[in-house]
Amino acid sequence: MKILVCISHVPDTTSKINFADSDTRFDTNGVQFVINPNDEFGLTRAMWFKEKQGASVTVVNVGGPETEPTLRKALAIGADEAIRVNAQPEDGFFVASQLAKVVEDGGYDLVIAGRESIDYNGGMVPGMLASLTGANFINTCIGLEIEGSEATATREIDGGKETVKCALPLIIGGQKGLVEESDLRIPNMRGIMMARQKKLTVTEAAEAPGRTSVVKFEKPAPKGEVKLVSPDKLDELIDLLHNEAKVI
Amino acid sequence: MQTSMKADLFEAPDYYHLDDLLSDEHKLVRSACREWVKREVSPVIEDFAQRAEFPEKLLGGLAEIGAFGPYIPEAYGGAGLDQISYGLIMQEIERGDSGIRSTASVQSSLVMYPIWKYGTEAQKKKYLPGLAEGKLMGCFGLTEPDHGSNPGGMTTTFRDMGDHLLLNGAKMWISNAPFADLAIVWAKNEEGRVYGLIAERGMEGFTTPETHNKWSLRASATGELIFDNVKVPKENLLPEKSGLGAPLGCLDSARYGIAWGAIGAAMDCYDTALRYARERIQFGKPIAATQLQQKKLAEMITEITKAQLLTWRLGVLRNEDRATSAQISMAKRNNVEMALRIAREARQVLGAMGITGEYSIMRHMMNLESVITYEGTHDIHLLITGADITGFGAFK
Ligand SMILES: Cc1cc2nc3c(=O)[nH]c(=O)nc-3n(C[C@H](O)[C@H](O)[C@H](O)COP(=O)(O)OP(=O)(O)OC[C@H]3O[C@@H](n4cnc5c(N)ncnc54)[C@H](O)[C@@H]3O)c2cc1C
Ligand SMILES: Cc1cc2nc3c(=O)[nH]c(=O)nc-3n(C[C@H](O)[C@H](O)[C@H](O)COP(=O)(O)OP(=O)(O)OC[C@H]3O[C@@H](n4cnc5c(N)ncnc54)[C@H](O)[C@@H]3O)c2cc1C
Repeated sequence: MKILVCISHVPDTTSKINFADSDTRFDTNGVQFVINPNDEFGLTRAMWFKEKQGASVTVVNVGGPETEPTLRKALAIGADEAIRVNAQPEDGFFVASQLAKVVEDGGYDLVIAGRESIDYNGGMVPGMLASLTGANFINTCIGLEIEGSEATATREIDGGKETVKCALPLIIGGQKGLVEESDLRIPNMRGIMMARQKKLTVTEAAEAPGRTSVVKFEKPAPKGEVKLVSPDKLDELIDLLHNEAKVI
Repeated sequence: MQTSMKADLFEAPDYYHLDDLLSDEHKLVRSACREWVKREVSPVIEDFAQRAEFPEKLLGGLAEIGAFGPYIPEAYGGAGLDQISYGLIMQEIERGDSGIRSTASVQSSLVMYPIWKYGTEAQKKKYLPGLAEGKLMGCFGLTEPDHGSNPGGMTTTFRDMGDHLLLNGAKMWISNAPFADLAIVWAKNEEGRVYGLIAERGMEGFTTPETHNKWSLRASATGELIFDNVKVPKENLLPEKSGLGAPLGCLDSARYGIAWGAIGAAMDCYDTALRYARERIQFGKPIAATQLQQKKLAEMITEITKAQLLTWRLGVLRNEDRATSAQISMAKRNNVEMALRIAREARQVLGAMGITGEYSIMRHMMNLESVITYEGTHDIHLLITGADITGFGAFK
């Protein structure tokens, strides 16, 4: 089984977010980047398929050279090879178009993407990729088993779970549940050394103009000051809610 | 066992953008170790230290992450990484606890290193892979009850008995001794020449009583090595180097790691104090807004930054095989004292909270009292620098 894991290179969740160029560009200065958490769950599940079912695992990113450390980390964790499509990811359609070419060229049986990336939260790439490649698609996957050419996936639905079966080739939008946080792997020193020798292929981007462009980013309004009211002064609280906050 | 629910919020300071001097691989090594420490060490370390117990359950993780012999060639089970990677690993582990770093230092620099550098091919094949995997744990016996700063005066001896070597003597203050499977023991032969021998647990006459009631490195096991007519097979002698230079070569490697490790402890204290000072309100404002606390914090980050530069440069010199023992002494001495001073100041920034196990500072502070003494005391390293620049040894 050939697995492709799509890796989005995103700011660490603790990063302080700022914008540049009149609020049209994310300012990456001083920001630490990590593997998108949803993709890390997927990568970890892929490693399981590699170890238990002999799958081969390729990781791919559409991005500039600055994303290579993120791909190297995936290699150090155990992926067999990496592909970087050399282009700035302009929008979801552009990214999905690039990935579609990688999927078609590589003939993968299973493509594991994340449900959404935690930076732009588009949630579009896996669905678009499925439609561009004609593969089956299961989103918000919280469990995945493969037997022969058939997949059984568990999905999160409102108030419960749904189990579905479907044939390969398949694209999933994965999330926590594929594996748990405690299953996530920390690369070890031998893995880091071995990653040196693994193939990281850089390919040029295919022509596929983006369909959206950023007009402006805005940060949420800063939090107001906190007023503490002691529990024995409920009247004061009601007064503040009524006259100052005007919510009751 | 108690697990701390408190999140480890540590963020490493890098005031001079020294990350630009590191490769992507160095940064990956560091972030992997940092993640491991946050996940495995931080939640349990305070409890083990309070109970003065070594967390043996961390050994598997230390081995898995690759903290045992990271610079030993892959052919012998190591990772074949460079010296800066080794330093960063030590820094991150000591950020968690000096005791855990001590275990990793001893295993890598004081046990694997001498076997790798002074051992036979058969010894390397026999011991190194097991040591790298943590299936075998080692310790290093140089210090004796009557010979600490002056190891050359050692009285532990071995005699050639024809078909074996007969080892007699006692070593004291030996990290990892209580649980180690093997000990690299430094002893004199009939001619008074120092050699390293591999003593194995289970050899008749070899015992390792534990040293109790330490106020420092409480999460590290320390003990004695007692050799009472121990028959050591001849193939357990490390033949490729003899004289005091042999153990001192190991110490160079360990001291280099300690110079990095101390930065880890200092960064943790600084980071904790900075966060606390910004949040703690007295007289209606954060204590971080007072000049006195700013002086402490500003001096801490200045000293950490200088120490980072010193170790980075030393790492480059070691990668080029150009670092001298005296240069290593300077970094060990400077950085450990820097860390100890920062720990003491940081503890005060936290007021009464600083004395509790809620925060790591006092544990670091007490640990560093050992670190400033072992692997050459603060005084001895100064004498090494003094001898190096003046040409006059002032030890005797
Ligand atoms: C309107 C808009 C404008 C943007 N402009 C810019 C810009 O100017 N510069 C810039 O750098 N970025 C820009 N981006 C971000 C970039 O386009 C994103 O990489 C892309 O949109 C996918 O992000 P997403 O949040 O839509 O992904 P989602 O659809 O949420 O991602 C889901 C999954 O798809 C996969 N995936 C997503 N992105 C990649 C990728 N790049 N490589 C491999 N797999 C991937 C991952 O598995 C991920 O978990 C923009 C995004 C949007 C929505
Ligand atoms: C927790 C812990 C773990 C240790 N682990 C190990 C281990 O794994 N293996 C090992 O072999 N050893 C280990 N040691 C021992 C350590 O290396 C020694 O304690 C150290 O070398 C100092 O020796 P000493 O304690 O005998 O002090 P001494 O040598 O007696 O020194 C006492 C004081 O006198 C000073 N002094 C000594 N000589 C001079 C001089 N010429 N001029 C001026 N001042 C001088 C010293 O600086 C010190 O302040 C460990 C120690 C501790 C505390």
